[in-house]
Amino acid sequence: MAEYNDALTLRLEGIRKAYGVGTPAETEVLHGIDLILKRGEFAALIGPSGSGKSTLLNIIGLLDQPNQGKLFITGQPTELLKDIELTRLRASEIGFIFQFHNLLPAFTALENVMLPRLAELGHPDDEMRLIAAELIEKVGLTPWKEHKSNDLSGGQQQRVAIARALVMNPALVLADEPTGNLDTKSADSVFDLMREMNKTNGTTFLIVTHDPRLAQRCDRIIEMVDGNIASDKENLNVLKIGDNNTHIS
Amino acid sequence: MNPLFPFEWIVATRFMREGRMQTLLIIGGVALGVSVIVFISALISGLQSNLFRRTLDFQAQIVILPPEEIARPLRGLNNQKANKQESVLVQARAQRLRSIDQWQKVRDQLLLMKNVTVVAPVVSGAGFVIRADANRAITLTGIEPENYLRLIALKDKIIAGSANVTSSDILVGIELAKDMGVSMGDKLTLRTASGGTATLMISGIFDFGNKGQNQRAVYVAFRTAQSLLNLAGGASSLEVNVADPFSAENIAQDIQAQTGLKVESWIATNAQFFSALAAQSMSNTIIRFFVGLTAALGIASVLVVSVVQKSKEIGLLRATGTSRQQVLRIFLLQGALMGLMGSIVGSLMGWGFLMLWRGIAKNADGTPLFVINFDPMLFLYAALGATVVGTLAAMFPALRAARLDPAVAIRG
Repeated sequence: MAEYNDALTLRLEGIRKAYGVGTPAETEVLHGIDLILKRGEFAALIGPSGSGKSTLLNIIGLLDQPNQGKLFITGQPTELLKDIELTRLRASEIGFIFQFHNLLPAFTALENVMLPRLAELGHPDDEMRLIAAELIEKVGLTPWKEHKSNDLSGGQQQRVAIARALVMNPALVLADEPTGNLDTKSADSVFDLMREMNKTNGTTFLIVTHDPRLAQRCDRIIEMVDGNIASDKENLNVLKIGDNNTHIS
Repeated sequence: MNPLFPFEWIVATRFMREGRMQTLLIIGGVALGVSVIVFISALISGLQSNLFRRTLDFQAQIVILPPEEIARPLRGLNNQKANKQESVLVQARAQRLRSIDQWQKVRDQLLLMKNVTVVAPVVSGAGFVIRADANRAITLTGIEPENYLRLIALKDKIIAGSANVTSSDILVGIELAKDMGVSMGDKLTLRTASGGTATLMISGIFDFGNKGQNQRAVYVAFRTAQSLLNLAGGASSLEVNVADPFSAENIAQDIQAQTGLKVESWIATNAQFFSALAAQSMSNTIIRFFVGLTAALGIASVLVVSVVQKSKEIGLLRATGTSRQQVLRIFLLQGALMGLMGSIVGSLMGWGFLMLWRGIAKNADGTPLFVINFDPMLFLYAALGATVVGTLAAMFPALRAARLDPAVAIRG
């Protein structure tokens, strides 16, 4: 067993999750997952549909509770936390990027980035506007920051989502098929942006993807099959930006 | 984003603006409901105060009479001694016209009571007016104008002459004047059953708007009536007005306890009128309740749909650090705002309806059919009520939104 360590962003011990507990249709989708993510890692979580990737991601993101096992976020145990404490921990330590519907259409790009800070502090202020504007600048959307999110392209929306995921300066960003909805070119640029944020901020990323091409660009590839981690290895030949013509099947 | 507004307010108003059509429709619905409530309430309260005024204009709020005379059989004393019971049949006594014993003292005592505003001694009894071969039965009331005219709106009903009767004057109704063929300044002979006779000059003619009263009511000076009814120095009743007409019954009971006299309040003598008022108030309450319920259901259904439509966004908010309580407040606030905005629009609409009504509902002579009160508090209550109803109506959808499982909501 690993000791608690600041350098550990995430530690999972024997996570089990079943649906329909107590009914004849009870199915266990995670069969005891152990996983450690160190600070600054950029890991891909791959696997076929139904292998439990999303369930695992929801549990790590504190959106769902495991039936068994322990989960530590930056060394902090989570099993005894109440809903409000989970919300706070999630707000401060975890950023989310989803495949669809990442943004609230009633708000502008800039406001969407501000929202997590706004929810935490209660009132808007100049500081959060400044932080959000800086992030919008970093993701290259300053000219679009006052646009409503529905007026942005899919790639732009995902960039805003990345900015929003980072606005609380979290330890971990969870991305669920962040480029699944984009054409290759946009997917590449969104992916590159995440990579860049990982490098410059030292934020840990865990990216669920179906796209082996993108997985090959991550430092570590964790593969799930049928609710177990089938393989977990360092990716020694990380493909560089621009190696678009490489295909791995 | 205005820094003055909290997070929940910002999200709630954005959500409402986003679902513009739904928001406008439900605000319209609430507004219609509130306008009906405002209109009906103002109408009914106007109607009631009108009826109320008409009732109290013509009668004192409290009337104090001498205690009824009862027959006291003197037999049976011997039998009682012999421990025997005897049942006796006693005929009730006829009530003759009597004065209140020491009515001046009672009056002074009443005037010392707080809430009592006017005390007027009255002598009244039956009589006839006679002119040539014609005679009519009348009810004679002897008044002290300086007190009595503060008690009853007689002055407003005078159509000719003046209400200030002196000892040789008589006030008659318009019907009686017609029947007797007399007008201002003519003389009428008055005779009572106790034998008093006087010939008085008509100094005023009144119209109570009621044929019976216009035929039968006759007012003369207090002392004139005393001598006509053979009640020298006496007063057959004391009539009292109090500051708050609705406390009349309680005050009447106090007076009865203090004086031992027979005391009747207008509330007791107009039980029918009160039950009619109560029925009206009840129907108003029922209308308010059902209109309120309809508005509440409308708000609730709009918000339920909104929660379903926005479940992904709610999940997203939850994933990005919004607590359950914040989500709950976002939706409660939407309900409250819909109620409040609906009530503001509705109050204006209701006010418009009332204006329109005032233009339509007129007497033949162009005066309003009855006065409608614009009570600004009604609008305040409508706004408050609608806000509370909106918040309560939002409770169920808001709880649903707060309980959404973000993982499920985002997945859809």
